[in-house]
Amino acid sequence: MKPRTSGSVVRFAAPLKALAQRFSFLLLVLASIGLMMVGKIDAVLVDTVRARVTDAFVPILDAFSRPAATAARFVESLVEYQNVYEENQRLRTENARLLQWRQAALRLESENNSLRTLLKFKPEPGLTYITARVIATPGGSFVRTLVVTAGNRDGVRKGQAAIAGAGMVGRVIEVGEWSSRILLITDINARIPVSLESSRLRAVMAGDNSDQPRLLYLPPESPVAVGDRVVTSGHGGLFPAGIPIGVVASVGERGIKVQPLAELGRIEHLRLVDFGLGSGPIETEPGAGAK
Amino acid sequence: MTITFWQRIDRAGRNLAPFAVTVFLVLVGMVPLHLPLYAPVAPALALMAVYYWTIHRPDLLRPSAVFLIGLLQDLLSGSPLGLNALVLLAVHWVVLNQRRYFLTGTFALMWFGFGLIVLGAAFLQWAAYSALNATLMRLDTALGQAMLTLALFPMFAWLFVRIHRAFLHG
Repeated sequence: MKPRTSGSVVRFAAPLKALAQRFSFLLLVLASIGLMMVGKIDAVLVDTVRARVTDAFVPILDAFSRPAATAARFVESLVEYQNVYEENQRLRTENARLLQWRQAALRLESENNSLRTLLKFKPEPGLTYITARVIATPGGSFVRTLVVTAGNRDGVRKGQAAIAGAGMVGRVIEVGEWSSRILLITDINARIPVSLESSRLRAVMAGDNSDQPRLLYLPPESPVAVGDRVVTSGHGGLFPAGIPIGVVASVGERGIKVQPLAELGRIEHLRLVDFGLGSGPIETEPGAGAK
Repeated sequence: MTITFWQRIDRAGRNLAPFAVTVFLVLVGMVPLHLPLYAPVAPALALMAVYYWTIHRPDLLRPSAVFLIGLLQDLLSGSPLGLNALVLLAVHWVVLNQRRYFLTGTFALMWFGFGLIVLGAAFLQWAAYSALNATLMRLDTALGQAMLTLALFPMFAWLFVRIHRAFLHG
């Protein structure tokens, strides 16, 4: 009984199978291209799937990242032993300088407070921070993202700014339950409204996959000098104003380049800024992005 | 003569080795090494694995498996969905069609062939990204990545040979 049915099935199935095998490459290639189209058309759907899959792989990525971090720290400590003396000297002078600055800051703070009371100034809501560990830095020439171990349940929301060490490094583009993905400021798709601290000029800082993002939309003949500090402007309501990002590294014909303050290649932990004000703008952000 | 249930399980497990090794390398490729300037030129480990296993055991690394591996890489790395799948499929297809040259030749020839494949893959990736972003992307880091991948290939090929002998010739 069985051989006969399978025989008739084989008679129909065999050519089909051969055909499928013959064209499997073509079908899979078409599927790949189709998926790229889907990603272009319905980015939200793809992001959701991506967040789910990343969530599922978080335990493995987390486990893999730990020995690597330990090894990196070991190498770093060896290097640090070598120049501990110079480092100490440098820190002493820096400390002396910072103590002077502290005095200046205290004086300015009290002056600021007294002026605020005169003006009935409404202070911005306080910021809270979510600290997360970097568990994956997908290598590759064309994408600059990180995966961190904090997600929806920790209060991470799409659009929050990520800060490491001295400056902003990127923003959250995708949130899973336990993990989220950060788009670094150097990625070609990163656009951040910034202002130059000294001249208060506004610009948009755009990544171009190089180590130094560029400033766009500055008025022509703007007085921009190497060394000017670049901070978030707070426009668009996504990020709080005044988060330092970098300093102007070069002004030339190829545009104005910004050197990020944080070392983007060696981020181990970062803080996500929960901008108390922004639940409104943050939630309307995907709609605005789809336009 | 008859194959017992356990032997069948054992064989199935062994036959999974090429796929498992490739998936493992996709995950290892994501590990943050905290080295400055490293991430943009991090070697394409999955590409090496697909190349090696397509030459030596294409029966154990089917196009559908290559597609799934590429898709996993896309999902985890944040690159456009389907892009790495396309690149790995193209590599698989080219290598499969030229397999007899690679199989009969020396290691040097295999390495040389991998050089061509890596460059082709870098170029395909660059073209796809440029098309998706509607701008010309920079090619220099992609070439750097290709060179580093090529330079590290012998090390990983040695690893693949060990795994190949341990799991599939036993």
